Amino acid sequence: MKLLLAFSRKGRADPGREPVIARVVKETGVLINVEKANIDSMAGEMLIDVPNKDADLVRRRLEEMGVTVRVMENAVVRDEEECVDCGACVSVCPQEVFSFDAEWRLVVSAERCVLCGKCIRACPHGALSQQG
Amino acid sequence: MEKSLDLINARIRDGSARVVTAEEMPGIVDELGEEGALAEVDVVTTGTFGAMCSTGAFFNFGHADPPIRMERVWLNDVEAYAGIAAVDAYLGATQEAESKDSLYGGAHVLEELVAGGTVELRATSRGTDCYPRRSITTELLLEDMNQAVMVNPRNAFQRYNAASNAADRTLNTYMGTLLPRCGNVSYSGAGTLSPLANDPGFRVIGSGVPIFLAGAEGMIVGEGTQHSAGGGFGNLMVSGDMKQMRQEFLRAAVMNGYGVTMYVGVGIPIPVLDTGIVRSTAVRDEDILTDIIDFGTPRRDRPSLAKVSYADLKSGSVEIGGETVRTSSLSSYRRARAVATELKDWIERGKMELALPTRRIDPAKRARPMRETAVTPRVRDIMNRQVISITEDEEIRVAAKRLLKDETNHLPVLDGSGALVGIITTYDVSKAVVTDGKLRQVKDIMTRNVIKTTPDEPVDVAAQKLEQNNISALPVVDATNRVVGILSAIDLGKLFGGRRRR
Repeated sequence: MKLLLAFSRKGRADPGREPVIARVVKETGVLINVEKANIDSMAGEMLIDVPNKDADLVRRRLEEMGVTVRVMENAVVRDEEECVDCGACVSVCPQEVFSFDAEWRLVVSAERCVLCGKCIRACPHGALSQQG
Repeated sequence: MEKSLDLINARIRDGSARVVTAEEMPGIVDELGEEGALAEVDVVTTGTFGAMCSTGAFFNFGHADPPIRMERVWLNDVEAYAGIAAVDAYLGATQEAESKDSLYGGAHVLEELVAGGTVELRATSRGTDCYPRRSITTELLLEDMNQAVMVNPRNAFQRYNAASNAADRTLNTYMGTLLPRCGNVSYSGAGTLSPLANDPGFRVIGSGVPIFLAGAEGMIVGEGTQHSAGGGFGNLMVSGDMKQMRQEFLRAAVMNGYGVTMYVGVGIPIPVLDTGIVRSTAVRDEDILTDIIDFGTPRRDRPSLAKVSYADLKSGSVEIGGETVRTSSLSSYRRARAVATELKDWIERGKMELALPTRRIDPAKRARPMRETAVTPRVRDIMNRQVISITEDEEIRVAAKRLLKDETNHLPVLDGSGALVGIITTYDVSKAVVTDGKLRQVKDIMTRNVIKTTPDEPVDVAAQKLEQNNISALPVVDATNRVVGILSAIDLGKLFGGRRRR
């Protein structure tokens, strides 16, 4: 399951100043895969992937440390009205989220998405968006 | 054996015609042989659904009271060409709105109309004795127009080059997003279902032939503009009544960084008259070849990176230089299939009969490039030939002196053999001074990844390099990487000052 973490780095005691990920891994023994991280002087955002069965545990520990956690179920969303099944998104995606079924219908495996946004810009029909 | 068009139309009328899609035809020919397929199949339907920038429509709005002779016309703020009579205009799909924040263009207006939406018409005029009115604003539905005739100057290309990008940065093109260093391949066209791939000799596809155009019963006007069937790039000018069209087959689109375009569904029925047509409609994806062109070369004649078939492209990946590269289609095969299937249904139900061309389209014609009478300026025409350079082992202090003495901001850096290995600017030198001072030699501070140009590169291409990289000078190198000049933003001014060297 993918979790989107947000934390402040303004104050000395803010979670962004602490090695929160390392601490959670060490305490819980859960293997966390960091898929995207964007950290600047004031705040940070991180997308992590954890086994489904451990997601609650990891989430609770992170929240106790002051991190805001959001579960990303459908990171990328397709508007079926707008999509014409062209496939412009297929090869620009580094995660192979998009593919065709036998009927040339576009299939979206949103669980693989790491929110890079390339497909959203590449879609000629404005059919893709990020979960709001 | 041969079959006449009259026989086929008689069968369409009595509901006994055997109609198949171009996707089904190769299997039938395999099974029954060419003679057998000729006896069995009467009509093969084709279809394609993809980005066709060359799309637009003529409108007649009817006369207002008092009447106006419209000189400039806008539909939802998108300008239409009004130089045709008093209340007529042609709206092109790629024309963009003047005031909208997001990209909105003629294609969006066309789709809006077909979807049953209201469009604002605005027009201005200088006023004449017979047409006194000077401006008008009104809201119109498609049904309010006397005519709304789609006329697309070049649609349904025989094949399309596929696109990749060997350059170092992402390109946003009419072929979609092209990732750097051949990170992906983008292609267009329906392969085996593609109309012209099923009649490359233009035997039964020509002027007057009835077609499916965006859900309407349209027709082929004749050869499309830039028709080049001799080189494998034939195309068609097509027309149809917008009032019969459906949004499902007419969709506005925006290519990121490029602009507005329109996805159009086109299908052509092919009467199976003889074994020659059986053979041409038995074409498979494997038989239709195209080149993967390097869009990283910003010129008209771009190099081919690989030759592939539509079967390769549709498989999801192709090989370029020994590496596997993923492919994306810009056109929708699913919807191309829907076009061919609906056209098949029309003919089976007797809704559309077929016709032979009233005029043939030349299958050998080739389009020519533009004749340019003004010489395109090249870098050599305006570059500065007095190049002040420095070698990489010199001290930074020497570089600073040279920059000051020659009043320049850029020093190309050469190695011992005189080849370009880097560049330093006044900024690099200043930065070296204010930091710790441990850096001593030019090679410690130079930029090694030099953006450069060549003497015969068009100035427009060099100017774009300056802008995209946010830099103000480009070393000019010959084939052996020796610096023969420097092109600075200031030199670009020579183009306008009349001091250009001939």
